[in-house]
Amino acid sequence: MGEDIERVWILITPDKCSGCRLCEIACSLEHEGIIWPEASRIRVFEFLPGVDVPHTCVQCPDYPCVSACNFDALSVDEITGAVVVMEENCTECGACVLACPGSVPRIPEGKGSVVICDLCGGSPKCVEVCHEAGHDALKIVKGNYRSIYRTFARNPLEKSNEIAKKLFGEGFLG
Amino acid sequence: MYGYHGRILDVDLTRGQAKIVELDDDVLKKFYGGRGLGVYILWKELGERWEKIDPLGEENILLVLTGPLTGYYPGMKTAVLSKSPESNGVVGSVLSSEVGLELKASGYDGIIIRGRAKTPVYLLVYNDDVEIRDAERYWGMGGVDLHKTILKEAYGEIKKREKLRGLPKEPAMMYIGKAGENKVRFAAIMTKLMHAAGYGGFGAVMGSKNLKAILVKGSKPLPEVYDKEKMKAMLKDFWKELLTMTTFREWGTGVGGYSVGKDRSSQPVRNWQEEYHEDERISVVNFENRAWIKKYWADYGCPVNCMKISYLRYGPYKGSITDAPDYELMAYLGTNLGIFDPEKIIYLSYLVDELGLDGINAGNVLGFAAELYQRGILTKEDIGFELKWGDEGAFAKLIYMIVDKEGIGKIFAEGTYRAALEISEMKEVNAMKYAVHVKGIGIGAHGIRSDLDYTKDISYAVSVQGGDHTATAGLPVRSYEGELVNAFYDSGVVCMFVTKPGFERIIEFGNALTGFDITPEKWLNEVGLRIIHLQRILLLLGGPDTYWDPRRDDENPERFYEPLLHGPLKGKAPGREEIKAKVRRYYKEIGYDENGIPREEMLEKLGLSEAKREVGRIKRRLGV
Repeated sequence: MGEDIERVWILITPDKCSGCRLCEIACSLEHEGIIWPEASRIRVFEFLPGVDVPHTCVQCPDYPCVSACNFDALSVDEITGAVVVMEENCTECGACVLACPGSVPRIPEGKGSVVICDLCGGSPKCVEVCHEAGHDALKIVKGNYRSIYRTFARNPLEKSNEIAKKLFGEGFLG
Repeated sequence: MYGYHGRILDVDLTRGQAKIVELDDDVLKKFYGGRGLGVYILWKELGERWEKIDPLGEENILLVLTGPLTGYYPGMKTAVLSKSPESNGVVGSVLSSEVGLELKASGYDGIIIRGRAKTPVYLLVYNDDVEIRDAERYWGMGGVDLHKTILKEAYGEIKKREKLRGLPKEPAMMYIGKAGENKVRFAAIMTKLMHAAGYGGFGAVMGSKNLKAILVKGSKPLPEVYDKEKMKAMLKDFWKELLTMTTFREWGTGVGGYSVGKDRSSQPVRNWQEEYHEDERISVVNFENRAWIKKYWADYGCPVNCMKISYLRYGPYKGSITDAPDYELMAYLGTNLGIFDPEKIIYLSYLVDELGLDGINAGNVLGFAAELYQRGILTKEDIGFELKWGDEGAFAKLIYMIVDKEGIGKIFAEGTYRAALEISEMKEVNAMKYAVHVKGIGIGAHGIRSDLDYTKDISYAVSVQGGDHTATAGLPVRSYEGELVNAFYDSGVVCMFVTKPGFERIIEFGNALTGFDITPEKWLNEVGLRIIHLQRILLLLGGPDTYWDPRRDDENPERFYEPLLHGPLKGKAPGREEIKAKVRRYYKEIGYDENGIPREEMLEKLGLSEAKREVGRIKRRLGV
């Protein structure tokens, strides 16, 4: 699947995230035309005030979501390596949801299909707005470092707990 | 219908039921949303018996409302309204809570909460599911514990139901602390540990309903937009413009801790005995260097990032967490109490946040108490300890006594105005001289004496929200900075700190969302005026424990006529006659009669004919 093409990837640095969620808004406007927070392909979790964890697809090299789909609703974009959703094929069965190691795919009520980051065809709007907003919590990295991507596919709650410990100390979370 | 769902959730805690109420297109055009819509609903529901409604009784209703701009216009505010236990009128309070966004994503424009639960409960709204759940085990908790418990419980519940739909984001939550549970009259509704709907005392209203928290999570789209292309184009321009607000971005409102006193002579110092100081200990950089763990923190959709998080990792107040604090609490829990050290201010700010008090009115009451002690009106025996300026430990003790309504704390739990009445009687003195409030609401941390701040002469005296520094009135009435425009932002619902693009463009943005054709002129002469008139009427109805007489109460606190003691503006104070003349001019401009009462012709013009019956009652009570 295009291993020799330089891929783009979104590097997330939660420490830099202000929780402004402009990435969510830009994503939703790009893909849905209106604001639909749960249909944003990137979402910022904030389980604890101030502990902001941007969360989106990291394009695992083995694409467990794509393998899990029995309805040909998911495929991999040859050029960008992003997961592409064929909305009309999706039955909202949830197999991709269960297969994902990072709890990324989302089937928001009323959408009729799963939503997964498509990297906006190579120039993600979320990264653009995060840069404009002066945070750079999202950055584009280029290159084929595919084997390490998977380590970023984590449940945002786990990530949040780690950041909170660092920020507030062990005792704070109880 | 664009910009709205046209539906609000109507929850009856007495019966344990919820239903959906449709909103009329015409009502939305006439009252817009947020504060405006809330004032209308309160009047419709309670107007006929307003004077008899106890704000802390079962009959009062609490409203949590969004506006058409919620979720789209940058920044996040949710409007909370009720009959206020402080002013006995309506206060439109806004808090930086994503509850508004989640309500819209659940398919509602707001919630009406009525009645009173028999035992502590919390409300969980998740799209079409509405549950009133047991909160017995959460009673007594503050924000830190609630984030670790109730939020997790509700989130776990939602996650289970979404198992095959992917991980939802956490619900948004607003809640009360112990102060609200104990119905302290200036208890706040809190959110995200350190944000509050302070003015109004709605934490006490929630407490009176046995409602500990409201948690909302939605997964649906926000309402349809009338003109999507225009919305997108304008939104991008707004982002760019708001990104230039670098002072707020770097320092938040905390810059005021030093500059409002030093440069404007309008900061409360020792219960407003002074408004000037040049104490550099309170400079915002000291907060940053010693306590900030997050410098850029924003609510949903906000490019400004004015919020900063302070967290003390060392010292006697280790573990205290609060925002910067913002200017208001820097002033009210700092300078107003004679405290200038960042750690001490952070500690007191954390304490009021955790206990769920409105920090402004808490600092107002504490300052009032300390001045009574300074003047020997209250003694060590009355209080139980010495209450000296600058002694944060003593103030913390009094805060706990207020929240637990213990000893003298019981009197101060009624707020500055009501405490002043009681202490005047108890000690046979005029304690009202030291009560810096207007219509039961402690004045925000911006004085009027120096005339260098945005607050001036009659800013508070004639405001429909009394001492609220975010709803100040003035001349000319139809200005782009006055109460009518504030009412627009509170109805939108828009954070006043992100209004740099200006009233005209924000109204135009609202039109792009709703398809309405509201012009600035129409807002100033119709919609805004309608909201303010109705709020004025409900404020003058008042009751059952307190009634205002505009001839006496459209007035500054006594303190504001004492000349400033120090600084470059030493000796400055407004003249009483000059203020009276301005109040009269204000009445004339806005269209009230010579006693400050809305006129019948005006009510007819504004489509409020029914409110004539309320005006009749006000006139009868005042004998005019």
